[in-house]
Amino acid sequence: MTTEGVILNSSQPEQQNAGQSNAEQLKAARQARYSPGQSAHKFSLYLYPLLALALLLLVNLLLDPQFFSLQWQDGRLYGPLIDIVNRSAPVALLAIGMSLVIATGGIDLSVGAVMAICGAVCANLLLLGDWSIPAVIGLAVLTGLACGLVNGVMVSYLGIQPIVATLVLMVAGRGVAQLLNQGQIVTFQNPDFAALGSGDFLGLPVPVWLVLLALLVMQLLLRRTALGLFIEAVGCNAKASRYLGIDDKGIKLSVYLLTGCCAALAGIVATADIQGSDANNAGLWLELDAILAVVIGGAALTGGRFSLPRAVIGVLIIQALSTTIVVSGLPAKFNLLIKALVILLVLMLQSELFRNQLKALFSFGKAHGGKA
Amino acid sequence: MSERNNTTSQPVLQLRQIDKHFPGVKALQQAQLSLYAGEVHALLGENGAGKSTLVKVMTGVLQKDGGEMLLDSTAQSFATPKDAQQAGISTVYQEVNLLPNLSVAHNLFLGSEPKRFGLIDKKAMAEQARQLLSSFGLSIDVTAPLSEFSVAVQQLVAIARGIAPKRGAACTKVLVLDEPTASLDADEVQNLFQVLRQLKQQGVAIVFITHFLDQVYQISDRITVMRNGCFVGEYQTASLNKAELIAAMLGKELSQQRHQAPCVAVEQADAILSARQLCSGQSVQQLDLVLPQGQAVGLAGLLGSGRTEICRLLFGLDKADSGLLSFAGQEVKLTDPAQAIALGIALCPEDRKTEGMIAPLSIRENISLALQAKQGWWRLISKKKQQQLADFYIDKLQIATPDADKAIGQLSGGNQQKVILARWLAVEPKLLLLDEPTRGIDIGAHAEILQLIRQLCQQGMSLLVTSSELEELTAFSSKIVVMRDRKKVAELSGEDLNPDRIMAAIAGASV
Repeated sequence: MTTEGVILNSSQPEQQNAGQSNAEQLKAARQARYSPGQSAHKFSLYLYPLLALALLLLVNLLLDPQFFSLQWQDGRLYGPLIDIVNRSAPVALLAIGMSLVIATGGIDLSVGAVMAICGAVCANLLLLGDWSIPAVIGLAVLTGLACGLVNGVMVSYLGIQPIVATLVLMVAGRGVAQLLNQGQIVTFQNPDFAALGSGDFLGLPVPVWLVLLALLVMQLLLRRTALGLFIEAVGCNAKASRYLGIDDKGIKLSVYLLTGCCAALAGIVATADIQGSDANNAGLWLELDAILAVVIGGAALTGGRFSLPRAVIGVLIIQALSTTIVVSGLPAKFNLLIKALVILLVLMLQSELFRNQLKALFSFGKAHGGKA
Repeated sequence: MSERNNTTSQPVLQLRQIDKHFPGVKALQQAQLSLYAGEVHALLGENGAGKSTLVKVMTGVLQKDGGEMLLDSTAQSFATPKDAQQAGISTVYQEVNLLPNLSVAHNLFLGSEPKRFGLIDKKAMAEQARQLLSSFGLSIDVTAPLSEFSVAVQQLVAIARGIAPKRGAACTKVLVLDEPTASLDADEVQNLFQVLRQLKQQGVAIVFITHFLDQVYQISDRITVMRNGCFVGEYQTASLNKAELIAAMLGKELSQQRHQAPCVAVEQADAILSARQLCSGQSVQQLDLVLPQGQAVGLAGLLGSGRTEICRLLFGLDKADSGLLSFAGQEVKLTDPAQAIALGIALCPEDRKTEGMIAPLSIRENISLALQAKQGWWRLISKKKQQQLADFYIDKLQIATPDADKAIGQLSGGNQQKVILARWLAVEPKLLLLDEPTRGIDIGAHAEILQLIRQLCQQGMSLLVTSSELEELTAFSSKIVVMRDRKKVAELSGEDLNPDRIMAAIAGASV
C-alpha cells in the first residue's frame, strides 16, 4: 500500500476513541515493545544513585558491624539507619521543592534563609503562647509561600535570572529572621510542637513521616495532574510551551511557591527539633545540600525531567556519607574534603561521558592485550 | 559502480558497506558512497533514509559499527569531528552551529584566528573574513555580531566557515553541505552555487544534501540515493530524469497530485476569520483578510514580507495595535496563545526546533500536550489515553518510529513535523495556521502533508498556509494572499492561481 493511499482512506481524526478501532494489533505490538524499553530506561536512572547508596551503607557495615541493627525501645525503632533517615528530613523536604525549581531550569538559593524565617515565625508565635499549633504551622507555611511568591514573581514576571533573584532573599531572608528574633536565639517550651522534630509515630520519627507525607502529596499533585508534565515541558523549552498554550510564567511561579512551602516545612522540623530559632544558623548552607541531592538524583540543572524519589535518594546518600565519616573515626577536620571527593565520584559515575571513557579505557586495554 | 569519464580514477573518499545501529533501529545497512575530486555529489533520500547518519559517520560524529572508509585509498576512521577536519573533511550542518554573540569574522576563524604577538589580530581577521565572504557575493560588516544578520546570511557564513582554512589541518578535500539552501532565497542560492563551482574547480569533492530536486539538477554531477538506511543506487545526474530519481527515492512512482485542482470550488463560504485594517507595530500593516470556512488560503511572499508576522498576530503571540478582528462571527482581541487555542485557533510555527517541539519529551507527550494545556493542568489525560492518541496519529500520519515513547528530538525532520501536526489535530481546531509546514522535509512526507491539508479542508477545517514553494501553494489553496514589505499586495483566486501570477505579484508587477 502506498503512503498516500493510507492517508486518503483513513478516517477523520476523532480523538482518542478512534484510536481504539484503528489498528488494535499494531498498538498491542507497540505496547509490547514499549514496556521493556521504558522500564529498562527507568531502571538505569535509579541504578547509579541506588548503587552509590548501597556502597556507602556497605562501607558503614564494614566499619561498624552493628550498623544495620535496629532496636525497639519505648514503642520506637532505634538504630544508625533510622538516624540517617531522620537527620535527612529537613534537606529531603528542601530537595523535593528544589527538584521542581531545577526542572524548570531555575534554582532557589533562598530555601535555607526561608527555613530560618519560618522557624523564627514559629518560635515567636509559640513564645507569645496564645496560638494553637495548627495555627502556628499554618502561618509558617503561609510565610514560606509568601517568600516563594517573591522569588517567583522576580523570576517569571520581572525576568530576573533565578540565581540572582533568589540570592536576594538568601541574604535578605536571614536578616528578616534576625529582625523577627531581635538578634536573639528564641527558645520556647512546647512539648507538642517539639514532637514535630523529635517525637515518634507508629515507631518512626515524626520528621520521617513528614517527608513521606510531603513526597506522597507532591507526587499526587504533580503526577495525577498534568502539572508535572507542564513543569518538564517548560523546563525543556519554555518558548514552545507558550506556543502550546501552557502558561509558562504561571508554571514557573508555582514551582517557587511549592518550594517556599517545602522550605517552611523544613524550617518547622528544624525549629521543633532544637526547640528554638537561631536566625544565624538555621538551615545554613542547606540549599546547597538540596541542590546537590537533586543533581545526585540525576537531574540536569538546565531543566527538564525530574524525579522526587531520586532526589530523596540523593539526600540519603549525602546524609549516609556524613554518618560514615563520623563512624570511621576520622578527625572531624577531614569531613568536608572527603564529602566533596565522594560526591565527585558519584557525579562522575552518573556522567555518561565519563562512563564511556571508562568503558573505552577497558576495551582499549583488552584490544591491545588481544593483539599482543 | 558507475563509469566515470574523469581523469582521476581513484575516489578521494570511499565508504563501503557501512553499518550503524542505534537501540532498536538499524540506521545504516551496507551503505556506500564514493566521492571523486572536483565533483558535486548529491546525496538524496527521504527523511530517515540515513543521509545524516552516513554524513555523521563520515565526519567522525558517530562511529561506524561495520564497513570501511577509505580516504585517498587508505583505511581511515575518525574518532572525533576534529580528526575528520584535520584530514580535510569539512561539514556544514543543517542547523547553523555558530555563536550568535561573536562577530562574523570571529565565527569564521574560531579556533584558528590569525595571531599577532600571540594575540588575535582583529584587523587581519576582519580583512580575511571580508575576502572570504566577498567570494560569496556577500558584503556585510564582518565585525558586527552574527545575531544581527538574517538566517540566510548566517547560513552562508556557516558554509564559508566550512571552507575557511584551518590551522594544522589539511586543505579541504571533502565539503559536506547538509541542506545548505533551506533558508536561502533564489539569489543567495545562485551565489552559493557560484562558490560551489569555484570549489569544484579547485578539486574539492562536495557532498550536497537537499530536498530541492531542481537544485540537484542545477549543480550536481552525480547522485547517490538512499532509502531506509540502504544504498539504492549511484547515478550520473545527466542520465537520470526527475521521475526516475523520485521513483528511486520513494521506491514508487509519485502520483502527479501537485496539479490537481484546489479542494473546494471557490464558492461563497462563511468566513471563519476576518480582519479589517489590522495593524501590529511595524510588523503587519493595515491587513484586510478573510478566511473562508473549510478552505485553505495560501500566504505567499518573500522572507520577511510579513507572512510569519500574520500567523503570530492571528495566534495571539503579537498584539494588534488597531483594527478589527473577528473569529467565528465574534469580535475578538487576542492577547495570548492560550486564548487563541481556546477559541479554536492553532499554529504550527515556522521554527520547529525552538518553537514547536519539546525535544527531550516523547512523541506521546508531545502529541498530547496541546490538548492537555487546553483541558487545564488539573485534568490529566491518562497515560492510556495519551498512548491511544499517539498511536492513532502515528498510524494516521505514518510517523516512522518504533514506538510512541521515543523522544521527538530523535526523529527526522519530516516525522517531527508530523508529530507537531498531530498535536494540533488532536485539539481539533477550527482554524489551523501552518507556517512553512513543508520546510526541510523530504518529498514523501511533503506529499503526505499536502494531501492532509486537502483532507482537512474537506472535513471543514479552515487553514492558512504560508510557503515559499509557489507550486505547492497552488496545489491546495482556494485563494492566495500575497505579501510584500509587511503589506498585502494582492489576493489571487480562480484563474490567477498559478505560480507565474504569484511571482509577478511578489515582484510587484501587478500593482
